[in-house]
Amino acid sequence: MTSTDQRPFRVVVVNAGVSDPSSTKMLADRLALRVEAAAQRDGHTVETQNLDLRELLPELSGALASGHLGPRFTAAIEALAAADGIIATAPVYKAGPSGLFSSFFQVLDNDLLIAKPVILGATAGTARHALVVDEQMRSMFAYLRTMTAPTSVFASTEDWQDNSLGKRIDRAARELVVLMETGVEARIKDTSWNSYQHEFGSAGGNELGIDLGSDLMRLAAGGTLGGPARS
Amino acid sequence: MQYGIFSVSDITRDPVSGETPSEAERIDAIVKIATHAEEVGLDVFAIGEHHNPPFFSSSPTTLLAHIAALTERLIVTTSTTLITTNDPVRLAEEYAMLQHLSKGRMDLMLGRGNTGPVYPWFGQDIRQSLPLALENYNLLHRLWHEDVVDWEGKFRTPLQGFTSTPRPLDDVPPFVWHGSIRTPEIAEQAAYYGNGFFANNIFWPKEHYQRLIAFYRERFEHYGHGTAKQAIVGLGGQAYIAKTSQEAKKEFRPYFNEAPVYGNGPTMEEFTEATPLTVGSPQEVIDKTLTFREWAGDYQRQLFLMDHAGLPLKTVLKQLDLLGEEVIPVLRKETEARKDPETPEAPTHASLVAAKYGDAAPRQPRPNANRGDNVTGASPYQDSSEEFQADYPAL
Repeated sequence: MTSTDQRPFRVVVVNAGVSDPSSTKMLADRLALRVEAAAQRDGHTVETQNLDLRELLPELSGALASGHLGPRFTAAIEALAAADGIIATAPVYKAGPSGLFSSFFQVLDNDLLIAKPVILGATAGTARHALVVDEQMRSMFAYLRTMTAPTSVFASTEDWQDNSLGKRIDRAARELVVLMETGVEARIKDTSWNSYQHEFGSAGGNELGIDLGSDLMRLAAGGTLGGPARS
Repeated sequence: MQYGIFSVSDITRDPVSGETPSEAERIDAIVKIATHAEEVGLDVFAIGEHHNPPFFSSSPTTLLAHIAALTERLIVTTSTTLITTNDPVRLAEEYAMLQHLSKGRMDLMLGRGNTGPVYPWFGQDIRQSLPLALENYNLLHRLWHEDVVDWEGKFRTPLQGFTSTPRPLDDVPPFVWHGSIRTPEIAEQAAYYGNGFFANNIFWPKEHYQRLIAFYRERFEHYGHGTAKQAIVGLGGQAYIAKTSQEAKKEFRPYFNEAPVYGNGPTMEEFTEATPLTVGSPQEVIDKTLTFREWAGDYQRQLFLMDHAGLPLKTVLKQLDLLGEEVIPVLRKETEARKDPETPEAPTHASLVAAKYGDAAPRQPRPNANRGDNVTGASPYQDSSEEFQADYPAL
């Protein structure tokens, strides 16, 4: 893992809003701006990359049907693999994050986002969906082993005229910046990457370690399970 | 360099005519396809193994023995033989028998399969798939290399003083390929034994298995079987050929769109861009196939998938004509001109016999007379080593 001391933080903003203008996109943008501001206060700069999932729609059918990733998916995965922090926002449809949002993260390798700092956000037409972020999106990111910021940001229509949304955005942004500053991702991965489950070529094609001393490797080389090779 | 075709044995509705062939029709068709492969000058025919509809190939050795009897030159093989759910003792027996009947014109490719529900049908546990595959092959290898085997493992009953019959033809075991696209342990096993390594090269971008082929080559050298360049690599591939690119695209699109595995997913254009599939003229197939060696290194066997997704027999035979007449001759010539001189040919029975015996006559095992006690024993053949003592359990 490269040190983030010398270079800007790379933040990828994943937005699953599809309309234009989109309140989900607005929420993502505000989060991104506040993350930049919070980082600046600590003397860091931020490079923000926007990932509008709508642009991946033409490749989504192939990704879902046969795990076939097109060039846009591949570029998105490369961006996420290189990210120091992620802001992920979804519109709430039918009491859950949109299918596009869920599908995108379901297609990723299980180990792509391990220990990455993430802010989760969602928008909806009514406050009745307020727990979708914490009850549905957070559980998916728990599966992905991300370092999800304690504050999640939900914005219903009425929240846009309430100062408290801005406060929550600032709080979440501050949390993300602190998580990035501590280098938590690198510190976790450096010491315990091998204790997570991987497949050869997983983590977006970056996981290429082969442990020649494993039980299965010994079995492959004519050995037996739990014992040395037979002469 | 060997060229051939491999079939999954799917019985798929023809999306153009709406007809689904019967099992009988499809089985008759595959025999015609295989014999025609030899007629158009191909070297290899491979059949998959499946144990559920809509596939017919549950008994590959029966089919391959029949095809071997109808052909003179064709090498028959599998794509793949399930090393997970088949008892390695049965595999040793059945494929040795096929080897005798085909006079050595066979080999086999081992794979783990992609159908989860198969495991319990044969008393196995899918969660043990990888260790099962590795242990089963370790046993299969010994059954073919040793007259008498004492063996104990995790997944099947132990063997004491067991002899797999018939012994391999000329006492030279069939050549084995291991098929995998993302499992380093399988590549390691292929390398350890000096066997072949095959990447199906159909559904996914090449990066998935390019690294694994490189690992296999490196380990092949590590285990002293030769240099990395001398490792034995096979690749799949997929093509639909017509005189022109436009005709090919028009004819194949309905089959592509409804094909098992990738149908209703990526578009044909996206898929041909990202994977080894070519839908086009003979020259386009030649051009794309010639790029394979650039990322896999010079390799020994190229198989094409030609008979899937409901393509009717008539079309498949025409595809074979185009492949045999316009594609393969050019590929042979171009590959020959480009390949590293260090690249060996794929092992055949003749080359393996020559490697083992040189000019001497091959061993021909003759059993001892039935003594009444040679259900199991230590020296079943007149020339078996006396040194082996079977390790019988204490009663």
